Amino acid sequence: MSSIDTPLVEVRNLTKHFGSVIALNGISMVVKPREVLCLLGDNGAGKSTLINTLAGVHRPTSGDFIVGGKSTTFYSPRDALDAGIATVYQDLAMIPLMSITRNFFMGREPMVGFGPFKRMDMKFADEVTRDEMHKIGIDIRDPQQAVGTLSGGERQCVAIARAVYFGAKVLILDEPTSALGVAQTSMVLKYVNQVRNSGLGVIFITHNVRHAFAVGNRFTVLNRGKTLGTYEKGAISIDELQNLMAGGKELQALSDELGGTI
Amino acid sequence: MSIVADDKIKKTPADERLKKASVATTLLRRPELGAVAGLVLVTVFFLLTANPSMFTLAGIMNFMAPAAQLGILAVGASLLMIGGEYDLSIGSMVAFAGLVFGAALVVWQVPLSVAILIAILMAVVIGVMNSQIVIKTGLPSFIVTLAFLFILRGLTLVGLKWASGGATQLRGMKEAAAGSPLTSIFSGDAFQGLFAWLASNDLIAKFPNGTPQVSGIPVEILWFIVIALLATWVLLRTRFGNWIFAVGGDERAARKSGVPVVRVKTVLFIITALCATLVAVLTVLDAGSTDARRGFQKEFEAIIAAVIGGCLLTGGYGSAIGAFLGSIVFGMVLIGLTYTSIDQDWYLVFLGGMLLVAVMFNNVIRKRVTGER
Repeated sequence: MSSIDTPLVEVRNLTKHFGSVIALNGISMVVKPREVLCLLGDNGAGKSTLINTLAGVHRPTSGDFIVGGKSTTFYSPRDALDAGIATVYQDLAMIPLMSITRNFFMGREPMVGFGPFKRMDMKFADEVTRDEMHKIGIDIRDPQQAVGTLSGGERQCVAIARAVYFGAKVLILDEPTSALGVAQTSMVLKYVNQVRNSGLGVIFITHNVRHAFAVGNRFTVLNRGKTLGTYEKGAISIDELQNLMAGGKELQALSDELGGTI
Repeated sequence: MSIVADDKIKKTPADERLKKASVATTLLRRPELGAVAGLVLVTVFFLLTANPSMFTLAGIMNFMAPAAQLGILAVGASLLMIGGEYDLSIGSMVAFAGLVFGAALVVWQVPLSVAILIAILMAVVIGVMNSQIVIKTGLPSFIVTLAFLFILRGLTLVGLKWASGGATQLRGMKEAAAGSPLTSIFSGDAFQGLFAWLASNDLIAKFPNGTPQVSGIPVEILWFIVIALLATWVLLRTRFGNWIFAVGGDERAARKSGVPVVRVKTVLFIITALCATLVAVLTVLDAGSTDARRGFQKEFEAIIAAVIGGCLLTGGYGSAIGAFLGSIVFGMVLIGLTYTSIDQDWYLVFLGGMLLVAVMFNNVIRKRVTGER
């Protein structure tokens, strides 16, 4: 691993247009090893477009995209994966009808044998899947059972474990806790912490400031396709962050009306 | 008594959430279960109603031959369906490939190997065309290939008139193909020596003059078995097989996981076109002629066989072995009715009934697999 200060991923003035729609209008951010960067933004702020651009699904219209110190262009999600940028999507990129093992290794199947007898190593795949799930405290009953039979939290864990197992250097988590209950949320956040401590950079996308504050080192706030600013953890409070994210005073007023519970 | 109790204590505690999976549940997870049940049902039905000669060696070859012709198409169709697409053009493709192959042999008078090569190249072109239109436009493959169902059938008619000088039938392939070393791979019966030996040792039925009543296994049946096994291997044990399930299960999720969706779909469309071409070569060499009605409505029968075999209409789930068994069910019903006193036209009623039952059954299975309620 190179110097601690070399950013794993850096983008400067990134823009993305879809026809006449400007989805991203100048995004700048930096992710370093051993840190969790929280991307905060309300609906429509451009979070999803930004993730898809980082993950190689979209190509940026303009701006610098620097990976490991080098300017880079991804032409497909596979390019991003090869560069060590793994994304766990909100919809998990998992296929309910397929088994846990097949989902875990989708697109990166382990092979054995030579020539025409080259085949998927299902035994190895099953073992790895069971082990990796065990590491984060989930006993899967049978790795051949369909993903559709798992709970939302369990699916999230399969998705994160998959990304970590495949040697991601940067992990992009797209609202990993938005659909989870309290216990499962804390489990996922603990796991994010563990991933960070093992030396990865994590981009944690959320609109829940509390979840962000629990694990984040720095917070970048997006609004209407632009970065409003980046703040160190000590330099901003939860309330300030919340207001910034919502675009200011109106929310404060609404929050007061509702008894300050938002 | 105490020994039993001790044993219980020593056992490592099982996961209390692990319900003992009953044999039935494990079986229900197999997509081909419906096809096995169908096959058993049909077999029992004909054992009870048909003339016993249906289940002699000759009788089995009788119903396996049409099963094989349909089955080669159905196995290709099942792979494509698991990949989330349909190909309604395969029936017309059989006729069109038959025309191209026949014209190459009879009109251009090229050797058999070259004629087969031309037919294969043409299948690749049609497969690529189907797939690229579907992928580029994002239109349902159902509609795109329905268009090709008519286009290819029309082209076959026009081409046959051109090749034969006005008729809708082209003859003379058997003579043109005679003498090529490839002929025995694509026509006739295999293992004739073995069958003659079996007959001479009274192990199989023979005519009074000593020749066996069944001179060998028709090559199309061997092709059918080999292709079904190959497809099953690809589906369950190769990277490409995993990609087929992924693409059919959720195209977006597959793409995000780095599966080359376009390549997978293109290859699948090429495979269905190649399967149709193989059936064309086999049947044209067998009959020595080709005509405009060849492969008529086979696309629907192939899809029905795939559905009986456990393929979901929505993609992402199914089995090639299921399609194999589904095709045998077809062959048995089609030929089996002639061994009974039942009017043969009940075949179509039976077909529709089977389809309906299979689809409803698959729906239940899918809910069970995904834990949907």
